[in-house]
Amino acid sequence: MPSGAMWRSCLCLRHGWRRLLNRPPGGPTASVGKRASIPIPFRAYAPPAERKRFYQNVTITQGEGGFEINLDHRKLKTPQAKLFTVPSEALAIAVATEWDSQQDTIKFYTMHLTTLCNTSLDNPTQRNKDQLIRAAVKFLDTDTICYRVEEPETLVELQKNEWDPILEWAEKRYGVEIGSSTSIMGPSIPTRTREVLVSHLASYNMWALQGIEFVVTQLKSVMLTLGLMDLHLTVEQAVLLSRLEEEYQIQKWGHVEWAHDYELRELRARTAAGVLFIHLCSESTTVKHKLLQE
Amino acid sequence: MAALGPPARTLRGLLRELRYMNAGTGRPYRDTAAYRYLVQAFRAHRVTSEKLCRAQHELHFQAATYLCLLRSVREHVALHQEFHGKGERSVEEAADLVGLKLPHQPGGKGWEP
Repeated sequence: MPSGAMWRSCLCLRHGWRRLLNRPPGGPTASVGKRASIPIPFRAYAPPAERKRFYQNVTITQGEGGFEINLDHRKLKTPQAKLFTVPSEALAIAVATEWDSQQDTIKFYTMHLTTLCNTSLDNPTQRNKDQLIRAAVKFLDTDTICYRVEEPETLVELQKNEWDPILEWAEKRYGVEIGSSTSIMGPSIPTRTREVLVSHLASYNMWALQGIEFVVTQLKSVMLTLGLMDLHLTVEQAVLLSRLEEEYQIQKWGHVEWAHDYELRELRARTAAGVLFIHLCSESTTVKHKLLQE
Repeated sequence: MAALGPPARTLRGLLRELRYMNAGTGRPYRDTAAYRYLVQAFRAHRVTSEKLCRAQHELHFQAATYLCLLRSVREHVALHQEFHGKGERSVEEAADLVGLKLPHQPGGKGWEP
């Protein structure tokens, strides 16, 4: 049964891997116009050193491809030196706010929306739509809320009470069968279920799919991600359900602030960024002015 | 549908997060693009006589998600500063942990610059 520690190390590895692919030699200094005067030591497998905030103002302009971010007079670029453009104004404002909220040093590890935009623009893993969908649906075989324990009794009860309603909702919403399992092989997902979900995900565009795959990887669950996409769960709820066993153990044995709280906040931040990214990239903003009925 | 609570509470939370974010800089938070956008969005989608408007619910959900993002990032950074941001100890501090002191040679060791 996958343990919390194993998922944690997978998380760290993936985060390190993403950094490696996103940042070319020379660190993030290469991505923004002028090179910094402070030389940053380049070690291939170390995370980039923190940069000082080198800009005063962050503004948004509208270009041909979409909305662009300007740091003072310099246009923001992705790690692969493409121009940073986003299709949605709200997303641009949120990214600008991320850059504006950095004080003294720029903490790249807190700028989740920027990272997601960079990944969508650069596509460093060079996956197409089909590959992204397959990567996301693959998690269904070991979906957190389908993979149950057999003991202790109280945890079994808790999993049943908290996770079964989500499965019921998903089964009803999509007209599929999912079910849960206590076997080490995981749940057996019928082919039809897989097909229905694949075709549902195919209705989202590339950017939204990057976000979807990201959230699925963070929560280790396709079901919870669907719940978030359909506004059935809040981020806090989904994160709690994803970490159900961990929360159970914390309640039983006590919590360690510098580990549990730290990881909880980080997971919440990443998931919230991913969910917001999905919604902002897949909405069509049509403002219908209703007649005022005073 | 997700249990979100009243929109006013979400908006208040968002404004509070913006305030915390801009406390470090000299600028008032009301000048930021985020503030203007949020206030305008909430005003445009104010609760009308239709209680089951999906667009409203979507906006509220996105706002609540953004609030979760801002709050979690702030708390994450605070926890990082408190527990993980101290860096390495200097050689003197490390020796001090076990009660040892570094040797002191008045003339230097000879090979130092």
